[in-house]
Amino acid sequence: MSKDLSEVIGRVLPAPENFLSPEKLETARKARRRFMGNALAMGAGVAASAKAFAATEGEDVILKLPAHSTGLGQSVATDGYGKPSKWEANLQRRQSPGLTRVNQASVSFTPLQGLFGIITPSGLHFERHHQGWWDIDPSKHRLMINGLVKRERVFTMDDLMRLPSVSRIHFIECGANGATEWGNVAVPTVQYTHGMTSCSEFTGVLLSTLLDMCGYDKKAAKFVLAEGADGSSMTRTIDIERAMDDCIVAWAMNGEMLRPENGYPLRLVVPGIQGVSWVKYLRRIEVGDQKYATKDEAVHYIDQMPDGSHRQYTGIQECKSVVTTPSGGQTLLDKGYYNVSGLAWSGRGSIKRVDVSVDGGRNWRTARLEGPTLTKAFTRFNIDWVWDGKPAILQSRAIDSTGYVQPKINQLRAVRGTRSVYHQNAIQSWLVSENGEVSNVQVY
Amino acid sequence: MGATWVHAAEPAWHNVGRDATRAEVKAWDIDVRPDFKGLPAGSGSVNAGADIWEDKCASCHGSFGESNETFTPIIGGTTKEDIKTGRVAGLVEGKSIVPQKTTIMKVATLSTIWDYINRAMPWNAPKTLSTDEVYSVTAYLLNLASIVPGDFTLSDKNIADVQKLMPNRNGMVFYEPLWKANGKGDVKNVACMKNCEVDPTVHSSLPAFARDAHGNIAEQNRLIGPVRGADTTVPPPKGVVGSVPPPKAVLVAAAPAGEGAAVKGLLEANACTACHGMKNKIVGPGFNEIAIKHKDKADIEAYLVDKIKSGGSGVYGPTPMPPQAQLKEEDARAIAKWIASGAP
Repeated sequence: MSKDLSEVIGRVLPAPENFLSPEKLETARKARRRFMGNALAMGAGVAASAKAFAATEGEDVILKLPAHSTGLGQSVATDGYGKPSKWEANLQRRQSPGLTRVNQASVSFTPLQGLFGIITPSGLHFERHHQGWWDIDPSKHRLMINGLVKRERVFTMDDLMRLPSVSRIHFIECGANGATEWGNVAVPTVQYTHGMTSCSEFTGVLLSTLLDMCGYDKKAAKFVLAEGADGSSMTRTIDIERAMDDCIVAWAMNGEMLRPENGYPLRLVVPGIQGVSWVKYLRRIEVGDQKYATKDEAVHYIDQMPDGSHRQYTGIQECKSVVTTPSGGQTLLDKGYYNVSGLAWSGRGSIKRVDVSVDGGRNWRTARLEGPTLTKAFTRFNIDWVWDGKPAILQSRAIDSTGYVQPKINQLRAVRGTRSVYHQNAIQSWLVSENGEVSNVQVY
Repeated sequence: MGATWVHAAEPAWHNVGRDATRAEVKAWDIDVRPDFKGLPAGSGSVNAGADIWEDKCASCHGSFGESNETFTPIIGGTTKEDIKTGRVAGLVEGKSIVPQKTTIMKVATLSTIWDYINRAMPWNAPKTLSTDEVYSVTAYLLNLASIVPGDFTLSDKNIADVQKLMPNRNGMVFYEPLWKANGKGDVKNVACMKNCEVDPTVHSSLPAFARDAHGNIAEQNRLIGPVRGADTTVPPPKGVVGSVPPPKAVLVAAAPAGEGAAVKGLLEANACTACHGMKNKIVGPGFNEIAIKHKDKADIEAYLVDKIKSGGSGVYGPTPMPPQAQLKEEDARAIAKWIASGAP
């Protein structure tokens, strides 16, 4: 009894008046005096953090039981579809001030700085809308396939969802991801430099299954046109080889139906190709023999070259990587060990290797690949680093299964100039200052 | 007994779905290609286009397609010489005669402009123009760009001839290595590992004044883990912040859905917020400005419903508000009521 009491005493525990008998009270007083003596003896010469810790014999969060250990929690299914902890509310899709003129023709960026692994939570998947998003009644949605096919066909969602399906993990990246950095550094964090990309598991029927069902003209068919049902009726040309390869007419993302912001109830998945081709609210596939030069391949999403010409139909998202922890806008709390982590991906295949530099590209070490290295999907990498408190420049450089090495920004500019806007896949540099703050810089 | 596994040459699912009717294909097959396949018969004059433009397009694009307020400009930056060569000289670095690239400087194919307007314009009511109206608006734009004269009528018969005058018709390049999945690209790097050649200069970084341009970065990062977001509301710290005392946790609370949240959803969904800010002018006045201006009107709700449905101009300046005929009556009334109550 008295032993238990001496362990209890010394912490600030409110007790009811006259809880202790006079006898117990005396035992407790003695125990408290011993504790105070110990604390004073330790006090001199220890670091501030240790002093604060010792003075309380440990952390309150351990020594004092919190409400969640001593009270009744919430009921099962209080929140039928669930949402993240309120403590995670800082991680949100955000728009970049200055980029948005009109809210319905805008983009929101995925907070890559706070994510783990390779799957982007559906609620944080980046959005790009040209004329606003819709929440379409799936029972009234139709997909039509027409053009160079034996049978022009119409499918309901019921039809599509009974067909043989595939589930595959792929990244999607807007062609303009990184556009702000073509000329110079313009935004502070990895959310804004790289956040127009996400990676999810998509479920749907292969486009090739549908084209086969409709009996597409194998001789004459050279391209397909994908078209959306929304106001902008987004349209994109896709070549027939790709359409017959790994494109998916998808209704699900990460185990649930697509979110409305991402094309509910149906979108096209075009692995490795810029996001604008992943037509949302997909209503029609036309099979044709010529490119369509639609608005988003003849006015937008064309790459301006130094001689004033524009490259058209540059859909491939080439191999790219970025360190996400630590990254721009973040603060290293103190010197010491960090597990530097980031993402790598390639529109041409899988990630073979990622190297990391902490001295601005002079010396490199090969990072660990954390999980699966799937084709046309994010690969997570990490590597040990002990920060000595001196300025450092962190970089990552990815190599894909074709042997392509992610370039430096000056190498990109040497070929494509500075006004290309799209397909900026340069090595990203983060400067760690002596105060621990990390900022976006360009070095090469 | 009875169950049949599928292994025939023709898979069992091949009859899922149904054949499209001719009318259905016609209703949806609206695309127009560079060879003008898909272009419906019709015509429209520059003059007719000018009227439609003023009514339905000028509020976003300016009377002469020159506005940079809501969207980037459509017209400007091309010359008579460009029409001759089919290459816009102003796209060459340092040669532009306007502050930024316009649509007409870039686009090579007239089919694209026709298709763009037909499928996606007016921006807040796409696919509501008749075929002849699309021809008219296209003709008006071509006239603004000095490609066709003021008395011109564009039609499916002469559009291919006009294509031959597009200022940047020769300006597009197809570069297959960035289109094909097995392409090799055009930029090369090698994976040097030790003592690699680097330029020690930091060539670009954010200026100090831009520290809080994207808000408080501390509020955009997790509250736990090896790193925190920098507090950009204060100058950078002198040294490392350490974990004791712990950095101030800044938690963004989700915005409470106050009164008017449903109306704000309507305003968003119907693109009203494209032109009107809550408390600021964008193209048109802020909603609160409208509320103040008409607060003493006896029949303010009815007045506002009418303005919303029929559009108008002159109340706040020369820029017309396009009629919002697509709005449901009850939605227009809800918006009017909300504005009448002061647009809270």
